[in-house]
Amino acid sequence: MSTIPPAALDTAANPEALRRIAIEPLSRVEGHGKVTILLDAERRVQQVRLHIVEFRGFERFILGRPFWEVPVMVQRLCGICPVSHHLAASKAMDQVVGAAAIPATATAIRRLMHYGQILQSHALHFFHLASPDLLFGFDSDPAKRNVVGVLAAHPELARHGILLRKFGQEIIRVTAGKRVHGTGSIPGGVNKRITVAERDELAAPLPDVLAWAQAGVRLVAELFAANRALYEGFGTVRSSLLSLVAADGTLDLYDGGLRARDADGALLFDGVRCEDYGARIHENVRSWSYMKFPFFAALGPERGWYKVGPLARIQNCDAIGTPLAEAARQELVAQALGGVQHAPLAYHWARMIELLHAAEVIAGLLADPALLGDELTARGARAGTGIGIIEAPRGTLIHHYEVDADDLVTMCNLIVSTTHNNTAMNEAIRQVARQYLDGHEPTEALLNHIEVAIRAFDPCLSCATHALGKMPLAVEIVDAAGALVTRLVRDAEVVA
Amino acid sequence: MTAGLLVIGVGNPSRGDDALGPAFVEELGAALAAEVARGELELVTDFQLQVEHALDLQGRAAVVFVDASVAAPAPFAYAAVAPDAGGFAYTTHALSPGALLATYRDVVGAPPPAFVLAIRGEAFELGAPLSAAAQAHLARALAFFAARVRQAEVGRA
Repeated sequence: MSTIPPAALDTAANPEALRRIAIEPLSRVEGHGKVTILLDAERRVQQVRLHIVEFRGFERFILGRPFWEVPVMVQRLCGICPVSHHLAASKAMDQVVGAAAIPATATAIRRLMHYGQILQSHALHFFHLASPDLLFGFDSDPAKRNVVGVLAAHPELARHGILLRKFGQEIIRVTAGKRVHGTGSIPGGVNKRITVAERDELAAPLPDVLAWAQAGVRLVAELFAANRALYEGFGTVRSSLLSLVAADGTLDLYDGGLRARDADGALLFDGVRCEDYGARIHENVRSWSYMKFPFFAALGPERGWYKVGPLARIQNCDAIGTPLAEAARQELVAQALGGVQHAPLAYHWARMIELLHAAEVIAGLLADPALLGDELTARGARAGTGIGIIEAPRGTLIHHYEVDADDLVTMCNLIVSTTHNNTAMNEAIRQVARQYLDGHEPTEALLNHIEVAIRAFDPCLSCATHALGKMPLAVEIVDAAGALVTRLVRDAEVVA
Repeated sequence: MTAGLLVIGVGNPSRGDDALGPAFVEELGAALAAEVARGELELVTDFQLQVEHALDLQGRAAVVFVDASVAAPAPFAYAAVAPDAGGFAYTTHALSPGALLATYRDVVGAPPPAFVLAIRGEAFELGAPLSAAAQAHLARALAFFAARVRQAEVGRA
C-alpha cells in the first residue's frame, strides 16, 4: 500500500515547534474523532488533520459467523444507520444464496425500509444538528446553538423534524419488524409481508410529511440565497464525485451501477457493476488516522479522492425521478451556473432535496400493489462471494464478503460512507482553517467553524458506544514550546 | 393503552458493557412479565436516545432511563433527572436523558417524573460480552429496580 505525499496543511515541516489545538471528540458527530491544528508563533495555520482515533475492528467482528446472521449482526456496527448496514449485507448475501433477482414484493419492502431510513436520518441531521448553526450563525451563543434553541425560536420547524423522524422510524418498525435490530431483510428477500392495515397506517401522515419536506427544502434554499457568498465559499474544495445511479441515469439510493464524475462534471466511469468496485476504488492508509483514504485507482491517491453523499448524488445523476425533488434539484444545479457545486454547506440543501425525494418515493411505494404481495424470497445456485452496495444517508456503503462451504464468513471488507469522504472532510477543514483561523486567536466560535464544515458531511465516526460520561469534549491549546496553555473539558453527561 | 411506566434501555448489545441497558430491559421483561402483560410496564431499547423518543414519554406516570455508566459508583446509581437544555451543546447524534426531557417540555409540556438508572460498566470493546463486574452490577440493579416496581415505588425516589 502506498503512502500519500504530503499536501498543503496535511503535514507540517516542523510540528514539534508549533502550537497545537485539539478538538476531541467532535460535538454533534459520532464518537472518537479529533481535529488537531498546529499554529506557528504568528498564529499561522501549518497543519490541520481530522483523526479517527479508535480502531473499530468491524471486519474481525463479522469473520467466522454464519452468513445468514450477518444482515442482523451488522446493524450493531452503527446506531445511526443500522438499516443501511442491514440492507447492504442483505444485498451481498442475495448473491451468496444465488438470488440474482429477488421478488418484486421483497424489493418494494426493502426499498420502503431504505427510504424510511433516509428520511429519518436526514431529518435528524438537518433539523436537530445542522439547523442551529444555519439559523443562529456559526459564532452565536453556544448555549443556544442547539435543538432547544431551535425549539424556542422556531418551534414548528423543530416539531416537524421530530415528527419526520417518527414517521421514518415507523416505516422501519413495520418493514423490519422492530424499532431496532430488525430482522426483516434476509438473504434472498424479506421475511415479513406488509398488511393492508399497516400500509394504510403508514400512508395516513403522508400529506403532512410531504408538506414538511417541501418547507425544509424552501428553508435551506432561502438560507443559501440569503448568504450566498458564505455558503458557496465556506470550506469549498473541488473533487470528483461518486454514487450509485439507476440504469436510466436517475437517482437511485437502493440499487444501480457506480458512476463517477470529475470536479468539472465530466464522466470518469459509468455503469460499473458493484462486483467490480475493487478495480475502480483503492484505499490508502495514513499513520495518523485509523480511517482509510479511498481514491479512484485510475487517478491515483493525490488526484483520485472524491465526495459521496447527498451533494455528490444529486449532481451525479441525470435527474431525480420524482417531480417535487427534481424541481428542487434543478434549482440547486442552476445555482452552480453549469458547473459542479462543491460547497460543503450545499450538502444541507441536497440533503433536504433527498428527504423530499424519499417522501415521494415512499408515497409511490405505499400505492404500489407489489408491496402487498406474498412472494418474499428467491434462491438459486450457491456462491462464495457477495458484494452489496447501497446509498446510505451519508453516502456509498460497500459490503463485500467471502463465504466458505460451511457457510461461514471468511473475508469481510466494509467501506462506509464516512470513509469515502475522509479526504474531502480533511481538505474542507484545512480550507476553513485558512479562511477563518489563520492569524487569529482561536475562540470557541472560530473552532466551531471547523466543526460546521465537518458536520456538513454528516459523518458517523463511531457511534456504537456512548456510555454515560464517555464523551468529553476537550480543547487543548499548547504553545510553541509545547507547554499546555489551557485545557477545557466538558462532559456530555455524568451521572453519579 | 399506554403503560404508566416506561423503561428505556440504552446501549449497543455488541459493545461489551454498553449492553447493560438492553440486557437490563431484557431481564426486567422476564422478571416482570405479569406487569408487562397487564399493560402496566412498557420496555423499549435503542442504541441511543434520539429526539423522537420524546414522543414515547406522552401519557406516562414515570419514565426510567437505563444506561451503562463509567462515572456512576458501582454497582449502580439511581436518581431523578430533570429537563436540562444545557445537555445539548456537546452531545453527538444522541441526546442525554435531561436533553430529551427538555425537548419534551418544549414540544409537549411538563414531562413525567423521570429517573436515570446508571449501571457501572468497565469495558466497551466491539464484540465483547458483558464483563464479570458488569454482570454483577446488572444483577444488583435488577433486584433493586424490580422490587421498587413491585412495591409501586417508582416515581417516589
